[in-house]
Amino acid sequence: MKIDAWLQNAVADAERRGVPELKPLLETLAKTIATLRAGDFNVNASTDRRVPGPEPR
Amino acid sequence: MTIEEFGRRLRAREITSAQVTEQCLQRIEADNARLNAFILVMADEARQQAREADRQLAAGHDLGSLHGVPISVKDLFDIRGTPTTAASRVRDGHVAERDAPAIAHLRQAGAVFVGKTNLHEFAFGTTNEDSAFGPARNPHDASRSPGGSSGGSAASVAAGMALATLGTCTGGSIRIPAAACGIVGLKPSYGEVSTEGIVPLSRTFDHAGPLAQTVTDASLVYHALLGDAVATPPAPMPVRGMRLAVPRRYFCDLLDNDVRARFEEALSRLRDAGAHVADIDLRHAADIAAIYLIIVLADAAEYHAATLETMPERYTAPVRLRLEMGRYVLAEDYVRALAGREVLRREVDAALAQHDALVLPTLPIPAPPIGATTVKVGATSEPMRNVMLRLTQLFNVTGHPAISMPVGLTSSGLPCGLQLVGGRGQTDVLVRVALACEPYAISGSSPRSGRLGG
Repeated sequence: MKIDAWLQNAVADAERRGVPELKPLLETLAKTIATLRAGDFNVNASTDRRVPGPEPR
Repeated sequence: MTIEEFGRRLRAREITSAQVTEQCLQRIEADNARLNAFILVMADEARQQAREADRQLAAGHDLGSLHGVPISVKDLFDIRGTPTTAASRVRDGHVAERDAPAIAHLRQAGAVFVGKTNLHEFAFGTTNEDSAFGPARNPHDASRSPGGSSGGSAASVAAGMALATLGTCTGGSIRIPAAACGIVGLKPSYGEVSTEGIVPLSRTFDHAGPLAQTVTDASLVYHALLGDAVATPPAPMPVRGMRLAVPRRYFCDLLDNDVRARFEEALSRLRDAGAHVADIDLRHAADIAAIYLIIVLADAAEYHAATLETMPERYTAPVRLRLEMGRYVLAEDYVRALAGREVLRREVDAALAQHDALVLPTLPIPAPPIGATTVKVGATSEPMRNVMLRLTQLFNVTGHPAISMPVGLTSSGLPCGLQLVGGRGQTDVLVRVALACEPYAISGSSPRSGRLGG
């Protein structure tokens, strides 16, 4: 799942569950996930090479 | 009084366990209202255990180096017949049916349990501020945090309320409070000390280990935790020729000026004594925080998912929100973080293949004021949690043993910590390095221990 879509869904779910104050934390977590996905230890299925992920930092 | 000194004087019949236990209980009585280090004081049980220890010794039954030693225990370990609160109202009504294996080992070794210490709720924080029992405070300055999450534990030793303590460590919760309170904290290699019977935060990263006044004392408690109460501390590694590696980039980029000065002074003394100190680079250092956070959030959310649904109001608000974050971590990102962990582990292994230990500061800043959410280090303002975890979390991710020891004071009198990291599964080798470095960590004119009381 793309990070933007993940964040949108997560924020909507938190609001639905009555925890809207999670929004800024989820936004911070989105940045962390972007860093993680940009790591050169991620595998690309087309080459099996460890290359930066699809959403560079 | 150190455990070593206690043992000598106990066996010379100069003191009794009952006397020293009583002194610790008096310190608790005098200072706990100010420091809030203890959630539960086990005075009656401690007195009984101490009398039994004295009786056994008089009868010729010497259980080893922890015989009769007053020890405090982070309130995350199960001690049979007492509540394990984890500093949370979520645990109201809990009473442990049996000792955690770590506690059972200390009990067999003759330790005296003086009480259970305060912590950051469910160990999910680095300052000890979010506790159902209120914040623990730093004995060096009660307006400041003792670090966390084992903050009450560190405060109890620094204030003379116990000779040593048990802590747990998921991202630095033994070394951070040890540094903030001016004592020694040892995180053994991953998996060495059983975490059964300890409320988990992240089963991937959780460790248990001792905080004490000296490296020798930490080593004695560590061996007792392994079930070896009669072990003697290993011999120090010779400093001349010792190979130490400083991971400069990232680990020394963001340091308080006084912390940096104390660290560099210690390195200089070690060089003068004949140690080889070289700079190294850990290539994926910038990825550490992301890898750590994704794994710890998801692990913690798994343990707390049911109670987050049924009793969310019983958590402190900041801890509840952090736990809720973890429920949104995707499986694909968790697996990415596990892959990243292997990369980091290999990089630390490779660095240690050429060196006896890594050496770096423990905590980038001195103990922060209670309530501070950000901290200015140099020109940048950073979230407190990120700064507190910055230098310790890697070795929970990789499982390498790590130890923090006092390295002097800031200009305002707050302790700083020096961290040493050893090869996986080689905690005793790390202890040998630490024993050798300990005399050089603090200059001759500075106090050797952060202990303030007793």
